[in-house]
Order: sequence, then structure tokens, then C-alpha cells
Amino acid sequence: MFARLIKNLSSLKLTVVLLALGLVLIFLGTLAQVHEGLYNAQTRFFKSWFVMGVTVFNVKLPWLVLPGGYTIGSALFASLVAAHFTRFQWTWRKSGIFMTHLGVILLLLGQLGTDILSTESAMRLEEGETKNYSEDFHANELVFINKSLPDEDEVIAIPESLVAAKGEITHPQLPFKIRVKEYWPNAAVEKAVEGSQPPMAVVPKVTDGIGKLAWVFPMPVTTDMESRNVPSATVEIVAGNESKGTWLVTSQKAIQQTIEHAGKTWEFALRFQRHYKPYSLTLLNFTHDRYPGTDLPKDFRSRVRIDHPAKNETRETEIYMNNPLRYAGLTFYQLQMVDEQSAREMMARNPGQKITPYSTFQVVKNPSWLTPYFACLLVGAGLAVQFLIHLVEFAQKRKSPATATASPAKAVNNLSRKNAEDAKK
Amino acid sequence: MKKHWPWLLFAVFAFEAAFSLKPRSDQPDAFQVREWGKLPALVNGRVQPFDSIARNNLIIIRGNTAVPLEGNGANGAWGKWEALQGPLTERKWYQFTQHPKKLSPAEWLLEVFSKPEQADTRYIFLVHHPELIGQLKLQDKGVENSGLRYYSFNDLKPHLAELRKEFLQIGAVKQELRTPYQRSFASLHNGLTSYLRLKNSLAPANIAEALSLLAGDETLDRMDLSVLGPRGTDFAGDLAKFERLIPAGLRAITAQQNKQEYDKATFNEFLGYAEPFVLQGQIASLLLLPPLAAGQPRNDWASMGTALRDSIRAGAVPTAAHAHAALATAYAQGKPADFNRVLNEYRSSFAGKLDSEVKKGRQEALFNQFLPFYRSMMIYVVALILAAASWLNWSENLNRAAFRLVVLALVIHSVGLLFRMFLEGRPPVTNLYSSAIFVGWGAAVLGVVLERIYRNGIGSVTASAVGFITLIIAHHLALASSTGDTMEMMRAVLDTNFWLATHVTSITIGYASTFLAGFLAMIYVLRGVFTPTLDQATAKALTRMVYGIVCFATLFSFVGTILGGIWADQSWGRFWGWDPKENGALLIVVWNALILHARWGGLVRERGLMNLALFGNIVTAWSWFGTNMLGVGLHSYGFMDAAFKWLMIFNVSQLVLIALGCLPDRFWRSGKTPQAGPPSDSGPTALKTQPG
Repeated sequence: MFARLIKNLSSLKLTVVLLALGLVLIFLGTLAQVHEGLYNAQTRFFKSWFVMGVTVFNVKLPWLVLPGGYTIGSALFASLVAAHFTRFQWTWRKSGIFMTHLGVILLLLGQLGTDILSTESAMRLEEGETKNYSEDFHANELVFINKSLPDEDEVIAIPESLVAAKGEITHPQLPFKIRVKEYWPNAAVEKAVEGSQPPMAVVPKVTDGIGKLAWVFPMPVTTDMESRNVPSATVEIVAGNESKGTWLVTSQKAIQQTIEHAGKTWEFALRFQRHYKPYSLTLLNFTHDRYPGTDLPKDFRSRVRIDHPAKNETRETEIYMNNPLRYAGLTFYQLQMVDEQSAREMMARNPGQKITPYSTFQVVKNPSWLTPYFACLLVGAGLAVQFLIHLVEFAQKRKSPATATASPAKAVNNLSRKNAEDAKK
Repeated sequence: MKKHWPWLLFAVFAFEAAFSLKPRSDQPDAFQVREWGKLPALVNGRVQPFDSIARNNLIIIRGNTAVPLEGNGANGAWGKWEALQGPLTERKWYQFTQHPKKLSPAEWLLEVFSKPEQADTRYIFLVHHPELIGQLKLQDKGVENSGLRYYSFNDLKPHLAELRKEFLQIGAVKQELRTPYQRSFASLHNGLTSYLRLKNSLAPANIAEALSLLAGDETLDRMDLSVLGPRGTDFAGDLAKFERLIPAGLRAITAQQNKQEYDKATFNEFLGYAEPFVLQGQIASLLLLPPLAAGQPRNDWASMGTALRDSIRAGAVPTAAHAHAALATAYAQGKPADFNRVLNEYRSSFAGKLDSEVKKGRQEALFNQFLPFYRSMMIYVVALILAAASWLNWSENLNRAAFRLVVLALVIHSVGLLFRMFLEGRPPVTNLYSSAIFVGWGAAVLGVVLERIYRNGIGSVTASAVGFITLIIAHHLALASSTGDTMEMMRAVLDTNFWLATHVTSITIGYASTFLAGFLAMIYVLRGVFTPTLDQATAKALTRMVYGIVCFATLFSFVGTILGGIWADQSWGRFWGWDPKENGALLIVVWNALILHARWGGLVRERGLMNLALFGNIVTAWSWFGTNMLGVGLHSYGFMDAAFKWLMIFNVSQLVLIALGCLPDRFWRSGKTPQAGPPSDSGPTALKTQPG
């Protein structure tokens, strides 16, 4: 029974079926990006076990169920491993094939590692600014900061999902309860005009803070990679049985509101999720070169200073396109840049908006970032070796055409004959 | 003779190609327009000769690079356009005896610079859409050539304001969502914009007219356009007067600003010069004036208008500006001696400062004159016809002639590729256009290798056919680009020769070889179904070729794809982002791997292999072009709009071939396919001779 399973698992038929399914999945997943956005389609098709319902060129197929990226990936992985132990032969002639498949295994494992272990965030700095945290623009948190400690702040972060559930939230370190009254996953908060009724907006039901003079304009949830959702909520803070008031919190701007409780000052805000580091980055200066006479970007370059007090380290370095900074397990990439010229242009397009030049780094933590490099080497070398072996054989065969035509079976190697037999069975 | 004609044919084509490289010079007493065409200017971020600027602009505006001045009028009359009655048509393909006078690209540009009124009468604007032709009331105007209609600027001039208003809406529509009418409109708008910018690059030819298309509502409301109309032909004289007026003019302006007494006449005269210059600086597309001053950075080129504006403060006009003005004036007034003298003086002023730019300008002009890709495309066609004919009567000579021509075409193709790489200082593939050139080149090399091994005409046919088709595609990609320049600068992310050389090159070789395998399969099916020529030996040879090429394709597409991931990891911090272009590349890898595994597993045999390889064509076409049409993701810089129809036609044709490939043996004119043949030992070996 087990032997049979292993045999089926390592069969080439299964490989072909899996590759074909993979092909269909990748194709449909690419098409889906047009409607669902890159991020959603990626999650639904490639980072899932099953895909339910597919849209192909505007035709909806809600009944279609496909195996997702995880299913196909792990099946391929299992099949490859099984083949390594049962079917592959450890000969020189097959060394290339062996290396190639080992490379593919490594690649699959590496991508699994990336999927589980990697995090992405961003660090946006204005010239001269210093930060010791990066932000995840796709996730938000409701934070309470105890400002009454002498040396440092105590930060209690509540993920957005709990806020979105609109219930009562308690936390062991918080001396009060939080009741989420209203929640908008994406909304614009604008200053209210006194004495008039808002046309499209919601007036938040609050008793304190910025929300008293604000209107909330709910907006549809966006799936576009270029834009982000800006959630807002109204929260009531309850100490014991006494309500301390209801506030509007929004990720739109980092406005800190405070409450006093039991002699302590607590700051609270809804903001992009932060990842704090034991070191800080200071943006010293940055340049955005364009080709002369055009708007075409030629080079983005930022000069930063790293300060790591624990290691007593201070140094300067440059981050530019195709040359990231790798530091303390993280990688900082030059992502986006608004220099003075672009800021001027943007402000000219949207009068009234104030834009200060800034430079943004993508901050990635990916412990398995090296696996593709090794995988590429293994597969490339494996395929090249195999290709050369065949080429040499082919050339030799052509030099002696008589033998080649007389006994073409000579070129048949054991593996494929065995495969053919396997297939027949 | 009969034996030697293949060599003779080869010699004729080789001589023709070599002859095209011969340096040409102008008549000593005439305007040295060829030499003028080699002068450098900076546009689209790179220094290029006027000749290239003229060609690229004509490509955007007209779709080709020659401007005919003569053709057919009503009642079979032949002559210059202005002497003929409409309807006008260009030379028909069968009018072998007629050789219409044409403007070379450089002549055209010089005319645009120096005699703008005359340039306005040239039939250069291609208008596609019948609705647009109707809207602009162009039915009875323009010149026709095989269904395409060309119009002069004067035909379109009355509609500039209307075009500007409508483009406010159409320009806001995403390129991939535009209707055919909107695309035609946008392309005309782009052509007119390029023309007007070019026209006001040297002298302020007619600022009012340019602004009526290019400016925004607010600017137009604010400005008095009546004082900015057309100017005379003596730009050199104007410039000299302007220079003399600078001190007095500056005094008058300062006094006026300080609310003191000032000389009104001088003030107005001076502003009459200065105002168009300032506006011209904003409109012009070319940076004409080189950084000749000592210590000026190399890429610090200036546009005429900006330099003239700055000269008010400096008190003097730069000599290069005087030189360009003198050239234009001499040409406009028909004084070749003056023109040639100024040209020589201007060129010698570069010595020691811009030697490399001047040299590069000459080299690029030579490249433009050589037209390597056009030339090799023509030779590929002839070779294709000869090789296909050789199958019909099995003439060894035909086959030999075809092979020699393919090699010649490949040599010219390679020279062109290397020349381009040398001019750009980059690896072969930098944009969609060059990827087509390189795909064709890779497939042709593999085809020639196959022909050397098998000597049965198949390699020649595939090399010439794929070479020809990809060069046609490249030609159309060049037409579709918004600047017309195929050697455009690389934006910051792509500005890395290492990754362009490794990732892009190997992925493109992957495309090329997958296409080649598909093309060989095409030959197998077509010859099998429609001719009796697919005998067992040929079928087996084809199978071996397809198998070998698929292995090769797997290697390059896999390595190329992973290298792309590593590049993405280096520049965005993401090895794999499931971006459409990445997915497209992965599809090719998966498909090639599937073919190989299906073959090893005995799931497919000869015919199955061919059908899978045919489907590989669809996968590759999708990855190469289809993914760019989705308009999502980080890779969408290679965008193109009109090709979707062609992609679909290609896909359908491949599906038809696969259907033919699935027909039972009795419908094949070559009869039973080898593996189903008599139970000799040849049957199973067809499967077994190609193991992994």
C-alpha cells in the first residue's frame, strides 16, 4: 500500500498533471489581477489551498474550484522527494537531472520559508528625520501609550482585526475597557463646516477629541496596489462602569489624543502598524536624477546614518536602486522618492496640499533570501550539464552514422525505458 | 553557371549590403545636408544626430521615414503635389518607371527648422480612423497610399483648438482602455505635438499656433496670442538685432519695473523678441546648444529659448545659437556657400570638447544609412522562398542558395545587433523592440546550426521565417513607441547592465528557442497534412530537433526566470511578486518542463510532442506580449496597444494547427505517421531515441 503510494507519487504522470494544473492556475491568477488587484489575486490563487470561483475575461465561473498554489506546490514537492528516493539513479549521466530537481526542491522550500517568515514594511523619512521603526501600510493598530513612565513609553497595540470586530476589547495591561462603536475600513476624515448638514458624510457620534469637529466620508475598500485603505473608528473608553467618553480615531493622520486615568496619561491613536528596531536611521540627504531634458528618472539615491547604541555603532551609507542596505537581518530598499521638483509638481496639480520632500525605503525581513541564489546555481548547472552530455552524445552519434541508424536503441538509457515501462503499467 | 548561381546570388546581396555602408557625401556646391544631419543635439535624454531625430519624429508622425514630393493626380497625371488636381495618390507598386522625388529625413528636419511655412504643406500626418477623418473634414484632402491617408499641417491647422479640447478627455482615458477612434486621435495628437515642438525648437516659428494645441485653458485666457504669430525667414538677422538691443532693452525694463521714465519703443521692440524666446524655451523638444564653455558639465545642453532668455542677463548670445540661426537663414534664403561655411565653422568649434559626441553622431548616422534590420529582413524573405521551393523539387542548389542567404542575413542581423549594442553601450535587449530583434537573432542562429547538422532545408526555413517575422514585429513595435526612438534611455530601476545582460538576455533566448520549437512543429504538421514530403527520416529528424530545442529552451527560460527573481530581490526586496510578466515567464518554464516530462513518461509520442510544442507558441506569445496588455504590475513599461488583435489571430492559427495535428492518419497526405507505421523497429524507437 505504502509502496504503491510512493510509486504513484513519484510517477511522471502526476508531475505532468501537476504542471498542467500549475499552468492553469498561474494563467487564471494573472488574469484575476485585472479585476481583483495584485495583492488579492495573489492571496486567493497562490497563497491558498483551494481557489473557489474564477473570472475569465469577464465571464464569471463561480462553480469552478481549483487547487491553489499551496496544494500544487506541496504536491510537487512530495512528488519530487519521492522521485529522489525511488526513481532517480545516482549515475554520472543523471547527475544533471539530479541537481536540477534538487534545485527545484530548494526553490520550493525557500519560497515556503519566505511565505512564512518574511515581513514587509516601509520607512518614510524626510531629510534630517530619524526613525527607529518601520510601518506596514497594509495593516493598522490601535495603540495606547502610557506616557507616565520616567524613561520610556509603554506601548500596547491592538490589531485592526479586533477593532473591525466592533466588540469590547480588554487587555491585561490596560486599566480600562474599549468599546468599538463604529468602524469604517476605508474613509476620509474632513474638517466639519459648522452649522451645515454633511451631504455624503457621517457625523461620528463622539463626546470628545477631534471627532467633534469632523465628518467621516466612507469609501469603498480598495484592492489597488498603489493605494491603501485608511480605516477610522469611534471608540468608547470605559473604566469600571464609568464611561470616560467616546473618541474618533483615524489612520489618516497621526493625531495623538490623550486621556487621564488614575493619575496616568495615556496617549491613543489608530495608526499604521509599527515595527520597532533597536537602532535608528537618519536620512541625511537624497538625490533624484533625471535624464537631461526629460522627466525620465535616472537615479534615486539616499544617504543615511545608522545609529545602533547597543553596539556603539554609528556609520553612514548610501542606498540606491539595485543596491539595498542589508543590516541586522533586514534589507532596506530604495522604494519611492519625492524630491523638491516632484513635490512642486504635485502641489501645482493639487493646490492647497502641502507636500514635503521625502524618501521611502522598503524594509524586508526575509531569512531565506539566499535560497533562490543557490537554487538558480543548482538548476542552471544541472540543466547545462545534462544538455552538454546530450550534445556530446549527439555529436558522437553523428560522427558514426552507420551505428546510429543500425542501433538507435543504443542511445536509450535505462531511465527512460524504465519510465516508459512504468507508464505502460 | 548552373552550379554557381547560389554563390552569385549571395554575392549580389552581399555587395548591395556592403555598398550601403559606403560613406556618402554631398555635392560640393550644394547644401551639405548630409553633414548637417550628423550634427549632435540632445533629445529624450541622449545626444543624437539630427538625422536620428528627424527619423524618429517622422516615425511618430508619418509612420515611415521618407516624404515623397511627387505622385499621381487626377486623370493619370504625374508630377509635384502642388501642380496636381486631387485626388492625390502616391506611387503605385506597379509604376516601376516613376521615381518620385523625396525629402530625406535630414532635409525634412532642416526645412521644418528654416522654412516652416513650406514644411506645413508636406503630407506627413497619418490619420487612421474614418470617423476622425470625417470629423476634421479631411475627406477631399491629403494623399492616399494603399489605404493610408496622409495630410499636411495646413489641412489640420484649423482644428488645433478643437483637438486640444477633445484631448483633455481622451488623454485622461488609460491607454489600454481607449477605443480605436481614441487611439487614432491620441496618435494624431502625439504627432502634431511632436511637430509643433520641433518646429519651434530652433527659431520661434509660430508660438501662437503651437500654444493653441499645447497650452492649458488658463494660459490661453491670460495671454495675448496676436503678438506671437509667424516670423520672417531672417532669423540670423533677428538674433543680431536682439543682441544689440540687450543693454538698452534691459535698461528700459528695469526702469519700467521701478516705475521710472523709460523708452517705450525700445521696451516694446525688445519684448517683441524676448517674449517668444521665453515661450519657445518651454515648447521646444530639442536641446540644441552644446555645452561649449570651459568647465561646463558634459550633459548641460540648453534649448535655444532658454539660452536666449539667459543671454539677456549675460549680455551676449551664445555662438552656437548664432551658428544654428545662420544655418537656418542660409538654407531659407538659398545660399549654399554661406551654409557650408557656417557648418564647417560650427563643427570645428566642437574640437577638443565634444569629440566623442560628434563621433557618436557620425556612427549613428552610418547605422541609420545601413538599415541592417530592414536589409536582413529582405534577405530572409528571399531565403525563405528559395528554401520552401527546394522542398517541392528537391533541388540541392535551391537549398544551398537558401542556406547561404540565411547566413548572409544572419551576418547582417548580427552586425546590426552589435552596432546597436555599441551605440547604446548596453546588452542586446533593452526594450520590447530590441527583444524582438534578439528573439529573431537567437532563433536564426539555432536554425542555422540545425541546418548545418541535418542539411534538409528545415533549418533554413525556420531561421529565415522566424527571422523575418520577428523583424516585422520589431518594425511595428518601433512605430508604436511614443517617442519613435528605439535607443531610449533606461529608467532608474532598469539602469543596470549586469541584469540586462544576464536576466533579460537569457529570458529572451528562452522565448526565441520556444518559438523555434513551435515553428519546427508547424513545419511537421503542415508538411504532414498537406504534402507527401514528410517521410520517416524527416519526421524523425524534426522530432529530434524539437526535443533538443525544448531542452535548450527549458534551460534558458528557467535560468532567466530565476535571475529575474534575484534581480527583483535586489531592487524591490521581493524575489517573486506574482507580477503578470513574472508569471508569463514562469508559464514558459512550466510548459517546457511539462513537454519534457510528458515525453519521458511516454505520455506523448511524436505527434503529441509536436502539438505540445505548437501550444508553446501560444504560451510564449502570451508571455511576451499578452502580459503587457493587462496594464497591471511593475513590469508594464513595455506597453503596447494595437497588437491584441494580432495576438488573437496568432493564437487561433496555432489552435487550428493543433487541430490538424490531432487529425487521424488517413487525413494526412504523408500517410501514416512513422510511429504508427509497420511494426518495424522504427516505431517504438521514435519514442525512445530521445530520452532525458
